[in-house]
Amino acid sequence: MSNNVVMAQWPRSRGSCDEMRQCRRSHDRNQAANGERVTHNLKAETITVEGHGGDQIEGYLATPTDVERCGSIVVIHHMPGYDEATKEIARKFAANGYAALIPNLYHREAPGEAPDDAAAVARASGGVPDERLVGDVAGAMAHLKSLSISNDKVACIGYCSGGRQSLLAGCRLPLDAIIDCYGAFASVDSPEGSPVRAVAVVGEVGNLSGPLLGLFGADDQYPSPDQTEILESALKAADKEFDFHTYEGAGHAFFNVDRPSFRPESAMEGWREIFNFLAKTVA
Amino acid sequence: MCTYETENISLRASGKTAEGWRAMNSATVYFDHPVHFAAGHALMIDIRNKDASASERVALELDPRSARELAETILRTLESVPSDLLGESVV
Repeated sequence: MSNNVVMAQWPRSRGSCDEMRQCRRSHDRNQAANGERVTHNLKAETITVEGHGGDQIEGYLATPTDVERCGSIVVIHHMPGYDEATKEIARKFAANGYAALIPNLYHREAPGEAPDDAAAVARASGGVPDERLVGDVAGAMAHLKSLSISNDKVACIGYCSGGRQSLLAGCRLPLDAIIDCYGAFASVDSPEGSPVRAVAVVGEVGNLSGPLLGLFGADDQYPSPDQTEILESALKAADKEFDFHTYEGAGHAFFNVDRPSFRPESAMEGWREIFNFLAKTVA
Repeated sequence: MCTYETENISLRASGKTAEGWRAMNSATVYFDHPVHFAAGHALMIDIRNKDASASERVALELDPRSARELAETILRTLESVPSDLLGESVV
């Protein structure tokens, strides 16, 4: 059952329904977009990445070991930090044939500390500045492109606060595909007076470098469906390719398997959209 | 949702962390995604020593009603204490 509502704009270059179904079948059959069989073999490790300003920051790299060439994806963690759940997401991408790298955005605040402790420090000190975020994503992109298996194409995905940051990175960096999973404050500013500030990205979408996939929950308030529509209108005005899906019965963080917000049906649909999107853009 | 709503205050306290008792000098209060509490959102309190390592932290994740009851209980307790005891200070 599809629980998508509204908003499918994707894309003017969108493939036919037959192509979409073929792509879906290929994924279900454990075949990469290039026809190679996906075994789900992978390697995952903690590495050091050169981030913004040349800073050496921690990162988590997961790579498929059953492909000669593959696309890549930068995974931006949510506000609670560079945690185990996000590393599991990176491994899922690798198991499905994409090199995935999570830069630890809070490394500077608390090097080597537990993700929740580092997140607490980062939050108390005002969060991650946008300029630093973009520099860290640029560093992660460069690292992924330097891998021997890289096909030179890089996507970016983020969840929650990372959804907004993924969109921001797509507006400021030459990414081949951008995925925003329920990113708050993409189309409106965060509340005044809070030490953790996020400025709307919607004014920058004219610079969006690649197609955008947006996955949202109809019951979410940040972003609310109204806020998502503001973003949609801006993308249309800028003549950008995008594909938005808003899932009924889902709120914020519906992908998060270890939280009560998890909505298995929406998450499964969402993952299918993600892998179809990646197959068309960076595979 | 990520509320981004965050309040920071300075305080004088001691807290027992995973590494033992430590002097504390700051607290952050916000309503957002918990790390451990089984809810989508919670009232979060981080009490820390800003000059110490990040792991020297006392963290609480409370459901909203519990948070309100805790806050009211703290105020009620303080109001019941003889005023001369409240004047004691730590050197």
